[in-house]
Amino acid sequence: MTPSREHTDREYEGELADVRARLMRMGTLCEDMIEQAMRALSERDTALARATYDKDDEVNRLEVSIDDLVLRILARRQPVASDLRFLASSLKLVTDLERIGDLVANICDRVVELDEEPPMRPYGSLQLMASATTGMVHDALAAFVARDAKRAKDLLERDRVVDDYYRQLFGELLAEMMADGKNVYRATRLQSIAKYLERIADHATNIAERVVFLVEGKDIRHPFSRVTGA
Amino acid sequence: MSLPMRESVRVKRDTNKTSAEKGPEAASIKMNAEGLKAWFGSSLALKGVSLPIVDKQVTAIIGPSGCGKSTFVRCLNRMHEVVPGARAEGTVMLDGADIYGPGTDPVLVRRRVGMVFQKPNPFPTMSIRDNVLAGMKLNRVAVTDRDALVEQTLRQVALWDEVKDVLARSGTSLSGGQQQRLCIARALALEPEVLLMDEPCSALDPIATARIEELIHEIGKRVTIVIVTHNMQQAARVSDHTAFFYMGELVEYAPTDQLFTQPSNSRTEDYITGRFG
Repeated sequence: MTPSREHTDREYEGELADVRARLMRMGTLCEDMIEQAMRALSERDTALARATYDKDDEVNRLEVSIDDLVLRILARRQPVASDLRFLASSLKLVTDLERIGDLVANICDRVVELDEEPPMRPYGSLQLMASATTGMVHDALAAFVARDAKRAKDLLERDRVVDDYYRQLFGELLAEMMADGKNVYRATRLQSIAKYLERIADHATNIAERVVFLVEGKDIRHPFSRVTGA
Repeated sequence: MSLPMRESVRVKRDTNKTSAEKGPEAASIKMNAEGLKAWFGSSLALKGVSLPIVDKQVTAIIGPSGCGKSTFVRCLNRMHEVVPGARAEGTVMLDGADIYGPGTDPVLVRRRVGMVFQKPNPFPTMSIRDNVLAGMKLNRVAVTDRDALVEQTLRQVALWDEVKDVLARSGTSLSGGQQQRLCIARALALEPEVLLMDEPCSALDPIATARIEELIHEIGKRVTIVIVTHNMQQAARVSDHTAFFYMGELVEYAPTDQLFTQPSNSRTEDYITGRFG
């Protein structure tokens, strides 16, 4: 059940809006970081990689500020129903977004390392994988803002596409390493970047699952690990 | 006579588990209101409420002022009709028998369905001891060992250790929280099957409130409790089932865990999240 109107207490309404705004700021920052890190990779732009890395600090600051704000609201307002689900989801969401920020920072580290080496042939599927991952993060957050459970559920399928890209890239890079030992240093770094993207898509999936919980009150995580009859 | 089970009340009290974790054990229905209407003069305060009260569990009634929640509980022991010009229509079954049926003695109903009010109201001219025994005297119930009954009842409400040396003092010499526990003891002395509590903590501080809530948990294992409260957090803390009333109608009735996390009606959602009016 989604609330049909605003809170009678406008200050409370403002606090919830503040949580939403900070989450959006954090999410947008993460999306931008992925896009910039991948551009730094393709353009061999070390400065951009370093600048993108530094943005992780703001993501971390937002995580702490959102945690703090949500805890204050929980203590002071004792929220229930959709407000409680929203705030509980927010606490989980910030962790996913913070991890996304860390993973992008890791990508930036690998880009800086690769920039010190001669270029390898471009891997188009890595950019496609990055594009699919950014799209997932964007849509997960959009579904959260719009409380759109259908959009969130559609997203769960897209994680498989990213997983397929990862498997394909892993195989290709393994072949490069087996073909020539000089490729190992660079190929392992590209493999790491692909792994980071795959993990980012997993975090986007977590966010999508939280959206379903937020809207429908149903926990759809780990359907095959549930204790039955509870 | 037991009444047919409703799916929504197939939850049995188990203090170690949340409602969602409780198994689908059959819970029996102690009281059942069907199409209950109540008037004050020509003003219709309850517009045909049907609600089961599950045996030996706590049912909370919430809703904004004037929604009919107090009127509803007062109909459950025929206290409503005590108000001049007030009347009720419909059925209220207690163990399968209609308390509004012909020939039913309201006094006997009130003995089986006790009540605790918003403001602690010990009899001011009576001692603590006599307050506990007041119901027995009024109902002319023979008691073989009065001292034992006083001690046992005051222990039930966790008041014995605090008052055992001052039993002859006036009931009004106690603090507000103690007075309310004394009133609960007075009601429990008659061994009611159902205890109605109309805003029992609204005049108490948080510590006294916590003690009453602990008492509700304890008594609720043996006695069916219906509590009316303005305090939604209190309803969430103490009850197994919650009913939301609005403008004399029952809007939603559900296990408490469910109602406070995933209500199914938008008016319930709006009310409990503070989006009303």
